Amino acid sequence: MKAAPFLWTALGLVGATLARFAVADAAPGGMFGATLGATLALAAIAVLALFLAMVGFARGEGWFARLATPALFGFLLLWLWEMLVIGFAVPFVLLPPPSAIARAFGAHLALLTQDFAQTYLHAVIAGYALGCGAGFLVALAIDRSPFLKRGFLPMGNMISAMPIVGIAPIMVMWFGFEWPSKAAVVVVMTFFPMLVNTTAGLAEAGAIERDLMQSYAARYGATLLKLRLPAALPHIFTALKLNSTLALIGAVVAEFFGTPILGMGFRISTEAAKMNLDLVWATITVAALAGSLSFGALALLERAVTFWHPSFRGSS
Amino acid sequence: MRGGRTSLAREGATLPLIAVILALIAVWYVGAVALNAPQAREQLAEGAGFRDLAAATWSMTRPVLPAPHQIAVELARSLFTHPITSPRSLVYHAWVTVSAALAGLGFALALGLLLAIGIVHVRLLDRSLMPWVIASQTVPVLAIAPMVVVVLGNLGITGLLPKAAIAGYLAFFPITVGMVKGLRAPDPLQLDLMRTYDARAMQVFSLLRFPASLGFLFPSLRIAVTLALVGAIVAELPTGAQAGLGARLLAGSYYGQTVQIWAALFMAAAMSMLGLAAVSLIETLAARRRGGRL
Repeated sequence: MKAAPFLWTALGLVGATLARFAVADAAPGGMFGATLGATLALAAIAVLALFLAMVGFARGEGWFARLATPALFGFLLLWLWEMLVIGFAVPFVLLPPPSAIARAFGAHLALLTQDFAQTYLHAVIAGYALGCGAGFLVALAIDRSPFLKRGFLPMGNMISAMPIVGIAPIMVMWFGFEWPSKAAVVVVMTFFPMLVNTTAGLAEAGAIERDLMQSYAARYGATLLKLRLPAALPHIFTALKLNSTLALIGAVVAEFFGTPILGMGFRISTEAAKMNLDLVWATITVAALAGSLSFGALALLERAVTFWHPSFRGSS
Repeated sequence: MRGGRTSLAREGATLPLIAVILALIAVWYVGAVALNAPQAREQLAEGAGFRDLAAATWSMTRPVLPAPHQIAVELARSLFTHPITSPRSLVYHAWVTVSAALAGLGFALALGLLLAIGIVHVRLLDRSLMPWVIASQTVPVLAIAPMVVVVLGNLGITGLLPKAAIAGYLAFFPITVGMVKGLRAPDPLQLDLMRTYDARAMQVFSLLRFPASLGFLFPSLRIAVTLALVGAIVAELPTGAQAGLGARLLAGSYYGQTVQIWAALFMAAAMSMLGLAAVSLIETLAARRRGGRL
């Protein structure tokens, strides 16, 4: 890889940092009297340098170049957000700058951890495990009966396409304000994708392989364990990944309908009403981190377990 | 997935589906008895038989789980007895939500298409923007709904627009990802052929890439329709909107009107079905124009 993109990156980062200080000074109440012109010049240099760096990295191959381009792009977006909000003195109740969100994140770390434990560690994980497990078991149970499969599959497809989060108020009535009601919403939301995908996956094993198992006089259980379940794994992982996002959405939205004084959904809705938008954004950051980290973990697990699948073979 | 579904449909899924639905309704009635029994026993006289108990659990005004026929009666009442412009009519509420979802869907379609075209043609956008589009699908975007509604409300923007913004934001990701996949679907041979014809980028797009992408557009549109509806419903929750299916859900949960909640829920499901049917219809029409398949 050439050195030029790295140099542009360094220049861009330095320019961006200087411009960030300059804009704070140029804004009303600044102490060093940095002028508007100097700020704009620094900002222009930073944007240009970062753009050239991105172009450079986008030409390259390899994991570093593939990682560097989106990382720089993300940095550029955050920086632009920060600069515009401070430069135009956007009211705090509309859009807090990223630096304020980071400060709120640090200041309310204990609170955010409690919310995370309430929503994610209790409701999401319990509901996810129950919903995915039940979907998987039901798929196995109806597997031997084509009649049931033909009945359940269109049903599952239909229900997966419905706005299931709407059952949240009912679940809150049935199971109370605490986390079990949120887990119940998550169970219902994750059940049908798992059912549909597992059923589709169990049909995946090829006829030749099945014939081979039959010629070995393999029993139903052996065929299932040694051939059909491994073949179904890619579909099962599709459902697991989809459900990891759905579960978080279900738990957060269910909290809009009533909750004890804890939880990410509760925090977002009450703090938004109180105009504490920095705390709202900090909670959203937690949700985004939790969502993408669990998705990433599942993707890594998928790669480790279904390394034989064509979509992973051939890619390093 | 697709092959599996069609082969199952071909073998005649109507009878099994009806059987499953009937079984579900039966389970529902039993569940209504079980869940409502404690509440019903308080109202019944001592020594009432099981028949009385069952009848009582199926006709309560605020049941824990309303019986299916109660929901059907409530749906019929709120659909047909009031003029459709009255706020007591469920058609009015459904329209408030569906119009927001449709506006959002239109916005999502335009933006998703534009972004996908950019990502397919510009390498820098592909490398910098695409990872974020994919990563953003793993984020519970619905969580930002209350904030968007509150912030836009501060700016004096209320009503349809905040809801459409959330619906559009949710629906835009599947469309973008699906269209990027679709616009890249033509194989290198076909692209090479276009190059030997000296076709311009515009012609490659309109003659090859776009037609090839339609097969990917409709499946992602199905996901987007549902998401847009969910977004519009959830967007009505935080501000306590006066109208819309989400407002009906919220009002029902405040006042313990379970039958009203279930009616709104079934209405939302019906709207989602209607949207999916519309997408399928357009897909069939598009396929027919192209000689049978996309």
